Amino acid sequence: MATIAALIADRVRYEEKAILLVSRRLSFSLKHIDAKNIILELSRKRTKDVDYGTALMRCVSFYRGLHIAATLEGYGVKVINSSSTSNICGNKLLSSVALERHGIKTPRTLVAFTPEAACKAANMLGYPSVLKPVVGSWGRLIAPLKDEDTAEAILEDRTYMYPLYQIFYLQEYVDRPPRDIRCVVVGGEPVAAIYRYSPPGEWKTNVAQGGVSEPCKITAEIEDVAVKASRAVKGEVVGVDMMESEEHGLLVHEVNHSTEFKAAATTTGVNIAGEIVKYVARSCRR
Amino acid sequence: MKGKCPECDADIDVPDDAVDGEILTCDECGSDIEVVKANDKLQLKKAELKGEDWGE
Repeated sequence: MATIAALIADRVRYEEKAILLVSRRLSFSLKHIDAKNIILELSRKRTKDVDYGTALMRCVSFYRGLHIAATLEGYGVKVINSSSTSNICGNKLLSSVALERHGIKTPRTLVAFTPEAACKAANMLGYPSVLKPVVGSWGRLIAPLKDEDTAEAILEDRTYMYPLYQIFYLQEYVDRPPRDIRCVVVGGEPVAAIYRYSPPGEWKTNVAQGGVSEPCKITAEIEDVAVKASRAVKGEVVGVDMMESEEHGLLVHEVNHSTEFKAAATTTGVNIAGEIVKYVARSCRR
Repeated sequence: MKGKCPECDADIDVPDDAVDGEILTCDECGSDIEVVKANDKLQLKKAELKGEDWGE
């Protein structure tokens, strides 16, 4: 069977294995390509191995996935999600800008570009507030700023780190239940949602950090916010994370371009991998 | 199927439905091990170490 689409991954997790198994069951030709072995020539003429017209990008490494996507797009391959979407979703500042431009409510956020200005920004937000790296994942290096002394110490630490960590992205601490909502959106349709609870003694809700999840009914409000957020970043397969602010309602704090969905699939019983494969198949026919 | 951990040489059970690139964890040493399937042959190699830009 001719290759129609490729699954590009650098690690086969639950999600990638589920996608491969479903594609076999549906007799959809999805070629698994290990991103660690890829060599691409930067040329108008595509490298011989690129014999597919659509690629589902599932790299766990953000920079690897982003740059492979951009190169494939240069050959005319349709990449899901696009390099542009990955670039926006992989950068919290660019994400906030896109979400705000599309009228989606987000936590109040200030950015500053020196530690001194960042300290002033933290004072403007009040304490506690939260410092996040603009590029980062699984909650790494997200720091709660409990007071001005803590803020000064943490901000000074960042001056000894790579310059990207000196783009100071400061966010209000949102009063909310000890959970957030992850809604997986495929092709503009919300397919599953879960509540993600912080593990004991932890304030972050990332399931990768040991948080637990339970099913969440996709209400009209959740659907509206999730679909608008996916459109704001032109995302095709995304995970929209939102918090239930006591003051402002649903606030989107992140849209994930290489979304993990093990927790959402196992908690809700929704065949998310199947929805993704069917969407990729529909995209190939366009 | 059984294989050997490339880190500590312990036996590793490889599930029948394991796919190329799948990650297994060695029960003995805790290392992440990658399944490599090529030409109907199965190999186990040390998985790539987690990078700073990994995740979502």
